[in-house]
Amino acid sequence: MTHEEILAHLRQLPDILVPEDATGCPDLTVNVPPESLKSVALACREDAALGFDTLSCLSAVDGGDRIEVVYHLTSIAHKHRLVLKATLDRTDPEIDSVSEVWSTANWYERECFDLLGVRFRGHPDLRRLLMPDDWQGYPLRKDDVPPAEYHGMSTSREDPLKTPSAPATEDAQTS
Amino acid sequence: MQPMEPILTTVDQFLNWGRKSSIWYLLFATACCGIELMQSGGPRTDLDRFGAVPRATPRQADLMIVAGTITYRMAERVRLLFEQMAEPRYVIAMGSCANCGGLFQSSYSVLKGVDKILPVDIYIPGCPPRPEALAEAIQQLQKKITKEPWLRDLKSWKA
Repeated sequence: MTHEEILAHLRQLPDILVPEDATGCPDLTVNVPPESLKSVALACREDAALGFDTLSCLSAVDGGDRIEVVYHLTSIAHKHRLVLKATLDRTDPEIDSVSEVWSTANWYERECFDLLGVRFRGHPDLRRLLMPDDWQGYPLRKDDVPPAEYHGMSTSREDPLKTPSAPATEDAQTS
Repeated sequence: MQPMEPILTTVDQFLNWGRKSSIWYLLFATACCGIELMQSGGPRTDLDRFGAVPRATPRQADLMIVAGTITYRMAERVRLLFEQMAEPRYVIAMGSCANCGGLFQSSYSVLKGVDKILPVDIYIPGCPPRPEALAEAIQQLQKKITKEPWLRDLKSWKA
């Protein structure tokens, strides 16, 4: 289906969709209000003509004043793609989970929560995925400051080129 | 103690010769340097000619070659492996990531150098270091082992 046909199908859904002007991007990108994201996702999967049976990727972008959650949908049957974007408030980013729609969203949403702090309502097991379980902070946020140390390990290493250290007292062993 | 010195030195030399000729390393690799470690055990750069064979358990290993990037999450497990090794034990930091965090020095999840948690004996620069560099590191470690005053240092001998 061409982009126009997909867009026409999506416009039949009861929620308001605004196509994003994504020049240079080969995929059709559509903005979705966060409250209606789950119904749109279900409709994308259930509708026979759209048939988006695969969630290729779920990620989020920290845009400075907002956080955008990006869903890359693929239809293996019809061979077309779609990108959904939901813009969330940065102070309290919360959105419905789509792990009931596509099971692969389970770990993608855990990664989003781990690295950007987006909470997914209805997620069966929302906990950190990549960082250690007791890590403080969300590393991919623009204003994140890493802790000075973690479990006794210092998180920084001084640059030997910047801080001149005392000359070595013993030379390296030579054969 | 003086009359015992020549005997202890000779026995030390014999023990050190035995230890340096059979450095068993722990089969441990996290990232790309691990592939080079495997290649070093291969036919061209043969680590087995130094007597170095890989052991799967730290209980039987003398040497841990930290080959690869260590994250904060993995660092605690690496420390646990090191503490399970029996003394005398040695550590070789192989590659940039183990030396100083390497390519991922500005990353939020990478430990900036394995010497923050382990006492390192030999550092090998490289990304990854060539298998010949790892072979030379084993030879340098052998030189280090040859000089160790093993019996002469035992606390039981000191009054």
